[in-house]
Amino acid sequence: MSENAMDLLKSEAKNLNFYYGEYQALKNINLTVAEKRITALIGPSGCGKSTFLRCFNRMHDLYPGNRYDGQITLYPDDVNILNPKIDPIEVRMRIGMVFQKPNPFPKTIYENVAYGLRVRGISNRRKLDEKVEKALCGAALWNEVKDRLNSLAFNLSGGQQQRLCIARALATDPEMMLFDEPTSALDPIATASIEELIAQLKEQVTILIVTHNMQQAARVSDYTAFMHMGEVVEFADTNTIFTNPSQKRTEDYITGRYG
Amino acid sequence: MTEHLKSSRFAHRRMRHVRERIIESLLFLAAFSSVAITVAIVVILVRESLGFFEHVSIIDFLTDTQWTPLFDDAHYGIMPLVAGTLVTAGVALAVAIPLGTIIAIYLSEFAPHRVREVVKPVLELLDGIPTVVYGYFALLFVTPLLQYFFPELPGFNMLSAGLVMGVMIIPYVSSISEDAMRAVPMHIREGSYAMGATRFQTALRVVTPAAFSGIAAAYILGISRAIGETMIVAVAAGMQPNLTWNPMEPAATITAYIVQVSLGDLPHGSLGYQTIFVAGLTLLLMTLVFNIAGHWLRRRFREVY
Repeated sequence: MSENAMDLLKSEAKNLNFYYGEYQALKNINLTVAEKRITALIGPSGCGKSTFLRCFNRMHDLYPGNRYDGQITLYPDDVNILNPKIDPIEVRMRIGMVFQKPNPFPKTIYENVAYGLRVRGISNRRKLDEKVEKALCGAALWNEVKDRLNSLAFNLSGGQQQRLCIARALATDPEMMLFDEPTSALDPIATASIEELIAQLKEQVTILIVTHNMQQAARVSDYTAFMHMGEVVEFADTNTIFTNPSQKRTEDYITGRYG
Repeated sequence: MTEHLKSSRFAHRRMRHVRERIIESLLFLAAFSSVAITVAIVVILVRESLGFFEHVSIIDFLTDTQWTPLFDDAHYGIMPLVAGTLVTAGVALAVAIPLGTIIAIYLSEFAPHRVREVVKPVLELLDGIPTVVYGYFALLFVTPLLQYFFPELPGFNMLSAGLVMGVMIIPYVSSISEDAMRAVPMHIREGSYAMGATRFQTALRVVTPAAFSGIAAAYILGISRAIGETMIVAVAAGMQPNLTWNPMEPAATITAYIVQVSLGDLPHGSLGYQTIFVAGLTLLLMTLVFNIAGHWLRRRFREVY
């Protein structure tokens, strides 16, 4: 695995296996996530990339019958976030997530962004105002919505809703953000603005992104992992993966021979 | 040969067309019959009520504080019956709405699959109990129980009728609310969990508002059911029209009055006979108001995913 020596390690999956009931969806995954860099997971549908991403915030705990085996370590405190003794809520407090389909809550724009803060027990209006504005600015949405913070989030366009979801995740200052195909439900213009935003966000937060759009991975990410059939076939810096892959399967996929 | 084939194919098509038309007409008739019956009911209620209002002014009807149409000194003030209806319905809703909502939240967001599979049909069974059984349960079990705590409580009272009616309505509220909450897509819940919310926070702050239009529909159905309920109040709340807002007293509701008078032998076309229709019309208008309110709420808060 190639890694830039300058980059700090934020998280690391070691010998990770994951099972949906009897079915093994992830097979012995080893992968590092560099701090304040963008790591992309690519691969054909059903290769396990979303399943892997959702291990990072213990999303699989919501459904019965799922089982993790192995570990995902979060640095700097060196904890295994898959440890059953660790409360998944604690993990989700530190690692935010943006979903495939924009999923704003049936609340106002303001309350959507304030949600994570309220869940953490913050109710001081001044503090909320300040954090909401900062998060909306961070998601490049403030100028578009500052005059209608109290209108329902459903009134926004799809791209705006997705940026609202990014603002919602940013509001609680996560250490790491997970993006699960964040632009697959959006038109090309909204996609471009989200991509630009993600590229900016790496200044402040570590990003792990799943995408089935290879150009997107090539455009925004620093590192890319190619997954196939529940395994990481190849993991390297993005340039290497796209110009000089060492595995035949990776080359076939990125040149469009399957997937 | 080809000529023959062609014509038979056309004949087929015509047959199919005729059959389609017949099916369409049957479907239309089925839909139309429900509308026609509703219109007929309204027409009859209004016509008989107009006959009533030729003898009694609307002002008296709405302001007189007594309803004694069968006495020599007849008074035709609907307010005592309306008050009885609203008080019993109010007591019932004070039971059914909180409990029904809590049950819905539990079943939709917390209960393990197996518990839900058992509890839901059992709850819906409550709905299958004949209302006259509820009525006697209120009169012969709940009232004596309440009298143990409130010795001065009369044998017929709106409180016990309302409480039991509330229990009867719980499945209406909980079942429809639960369906509405379960229809909230999982990715909305996941969004909340991903923010570090607990199950309880997710249920209360995200799922409930997202399902609000369906929950409002459940409440409205419960209200309409409470206002229209007849047997429980007729058996347990007493038959005396009584203008009071105190649930500890006996009083007749609109429905109880209609039962009482319908069972008697009033001459067709008399003023007493017409009071049945005017009471029925009042009841219809009350439920109509709630249904319109419910419709408005549904449209106002409908979420499109």
